[in-house]
Amino acid sequence: MNDMILEMLSRILIPATQLFGAYILFHGHLSPGGGFSGGTIIGASFILYSLVYRFTAQKHRLKHETSLWLEVGGVLVYVMAGLVGIVFGRHFLTNQGVFPTGEPGRLWSSGMILLVTLGIGAKVAGTVLKLFQELLEGGAEPDGHH
Amino acid sequence: MTLMVLLGIGVLLVLMVAEMPLYGDVTAPAHQGVMQKYLRDSARDTGAINTIAAIIIDYRAYDTLGEATVLFVAVIAVTAAFYGGYEHE
Repeated sequence: MNDMILEMLSRILIPATQLFGAYILFHGHLSPGGGFSGGTIIGASFILYSLVYRFTAQKHRLKHETSLWLEVGGVLVYVMAGLVGIVFGRHFLTNQGVFPTGEPGRLWSSGMILLVTLGIGAKVAGTVLKLFQELLEGGAEPDGHH
Repeated sequence: MTLMVLLGIGVLLVLMVAEMPLYGDVTAPAHQGVMQKYLRDSARDTGAINTIAAIIIDYRAYDTLGEATVLFVAVIAVTAAFYGGYEHE
């Protein structure tokens, strides 16, 4: 059974939530916010999606692999951004002199900070979604047994 | 005897609190060191006008990497708790 009011509301709420989360992520170096808060907002929109559509559409669109790859990919982006510093002969996680820091105040500035913020955002969104899926379908095998 | 010792410790702690600088006092010793450098140089060093982002992702990026790893380990632990142990049944 699908609830029409919930579905209609979620069609407005989910894109608005994701847009706001993306705004918080991309302006992490300009305004209050950053990877953890933006990622949580985007993860909350994923949770709203799975709650409204009663996990039927989630089987196709928000698989367990998706959240796992978000989770692992976020950490990988962070570590890779740190290793770039070593490649250029600097310390691990060096920003100044390795990444183009740009003009302070512009959207495309601050070099590694923007990249790492996006990585943390993907990672936290994956964490929220993954914990939700695991706690909800706890103990279920990936192929549906048990 | 124990009560006396505890009371003594309590009086000492209250005296120490009375000696602490006021909340938000800009002349406090804790605000004279690295905080001045962060506020003065963060925009030039990192290109980010949000000083907090400059601190947590540039100056203390290693700390934040550990923070992200804590979340990662938590998720791995939850997943392992739900999926693990079936072969023993």
